[in-house]
Amino acid sequence: MITVDHLTKHYGRIAAVDDISFEVPKGEILGFLGPNGAGKTTTMRILAGYMPPTSGQATVAGYDVFKQSLEARRHIGYLPETVPLYTEMTPRAYLDFFGKIRGLDARTRRLRIDDVADKCKIGDVMNRLIGKLSKGYRQRVGLAQALLAEPDVLILDEPTIGLDPRQIVETRQVIRNLRGEHTVILSTHILPEVSMTCERVIIINRGKVAAIDTPENLQRRMRGSDMVDVDVRGPAEAVRAALQAIPEVIAIRERANGPDASIFSVDCAVGTDVRERIASTIVQRGWGLRELRAASVSLEEVFVQLVTAEPATSVAT
Amino acid sequence: MVAEAESPARVTRSLSLPVPRLIRNIVAVAEREVRSYFTSPVAWVVTAMFIAMWGYLFAAIVTGSREANLRPLLSNFSVTFLFLTPLLTMRLIAEEARTGTLELMLTQPLRDVELVLGKFFGSIVFLLFMLAMTFYFPILLERFGNPDEGPMVGGYIGVLLQGMAFLAIGLMASALSANQIIAAAITFVSLLMLWLADALSRVLTGPASQVAQYISITKRFEDMPRGIIDTKDVIFFLTVILACLFITTQIIGARRWR
Repeated sequence: MITVDHLTKHYGRIAAVDDISFEVPKGEILGFLGPNGAGKTTTMRILAGYMPPTSGQATVAGYDVFKQSLEARRHIGYLPETVPLYTEMTPRAYLDFFGKIRGLDARTRRLRIDDVADKCKIGDVMNRLIGKLSKGYRQRVGLAQALLAEPDVLILDEPTIGLDPRQIVETRQVIRNLRGEHTVILSTHILPEVSMTCERVIIINRGKVAAIDTPENLQRRMRGSDMVDVDVRGPAEAVRAALQAIPEVIAIRERANGPDASIFSVDCAVGTDVRERIASTIVQRGWGLRELRAASVSLEEVFVQLVTAEPATSVAT
Repeated sequence: MVAEAESPARVTRSLSLPVPRLIRNIVAVAEREVRSYFTSPVAWVVTAMFIAMWGYLFAAIVTGSREANLRPLLSNFSVTFLFLTPLLTMRLIAEEARTGTLELMLTQPLRDVELVLGKFFGSIVFLLFMLAMTFYFPILLERFGNPDEGPMVGGYIGVLLQGMAFLAIGLMASALSANQIIAAAITFVSLLMLWLADALSRVLTGPASQVAQYISITKRFEDMPRGIIDTKDVIFFLTVILACLFITTQIIGARRWR
């Protein structure tokens, strides 16, 4: 549904987007993850038809976003980061206007407006001036505008920013429900959100693709070793030595957890499960085994790792 | 009749009237702009100033000259609208650029020309509204005097043409900046130059003088309140309008090509 092919965008000498390529099949929800200034918004703007790429191509629903811009735009619903609105209008008038622009007749407009008002939970404020609405409501009016004509592709730039936790949950649910029917690209800073709503994630840093994969795969790939956390009451040095003696153990990190206990993060070779060996070692030596768990790399760590490393070649799958 | 039926899960959309999409889009944009004007404090202040100025001028001219003649009043259109036009047009595009709604509009399935024409016609509707507020002048003259109809009609037509040209120039200036003040300044200076062209033509010599005469709006407008609608003058105004609208469309489109 969406193809991006060696897309590059220069602002002067700076490459905001630097040779990005990816594809989004129909019905998928793809997350754009990246630090500020990574090039997420620029990429979205290019896809939405707001600005041209410096080089490279992109197509939406089979239409080139630059050469067949008007056709491509017919298939796109876009919510810009700034959530621009006509503050002197009411949500109903605002949506009615965009309905007309999208070529919907009066009856269809009414039906669609009621539908998106219900989905985005703005039914209560339909006749209040947008200028008088809270940020959360405004955001949802913007989302309603993007959803109004049921476009094939939705491009949402930070759709949950500024919302309170309850609204965030509701909005994520709305987005999740779009899967299959619509193709969605959404950008966010909120990492848990990505795991919750997106099927695949593309991590962008400094204009380049740092990684593109499902959240689970990314977490798995980043784990160069299997890690086990064990909370032990006993003499730290001795415990460390005993654990180090286990052949599969690669490295041990330690931090104190009370006057006489420590938590050891044990890295061992991938695929080996040393939990039972650790448990028996500690118990046999008479130390107190308080907690034993397999630790996994969080998406946060994946993100930080990928983003603070030097921009290397893309790790696409 | 265009019907785009999607899969059963989607709602069918169709254009019920055989009106081309172009017209519908222009009307939709124009409608929105008119609504925006009528909820804008600046527009109402401008209207109030206009009515006040012309009301006073009308009273002064008629009581002074004791003639049922609108020409002296309508000749003042250029001067008053020199100042009022920038105030009316400065936000047409500049405001949208500032608030970010331009980004939204440019990513809709809307042609740039439809956006520009819609805004232009929206501003014209508001101009008509302002002019309509002055229709009681000819009515009063008819009631209490014996004015010539021809010059009055010609005068209003001239005012409308000139007004449209002014608005087109203002719209173009508004597209040049996200800052309304700059847009207003550009509009004012441009209109001032056109207005001064008549005086300039007397100072300059040769071809420069002729060019100045050609673009002088005061000269172009002279005959209309007399009841004479010269095609040359009409073409001049229409050319200005079309040129400005064309340039504005290019300016907006340039965002997409840069």
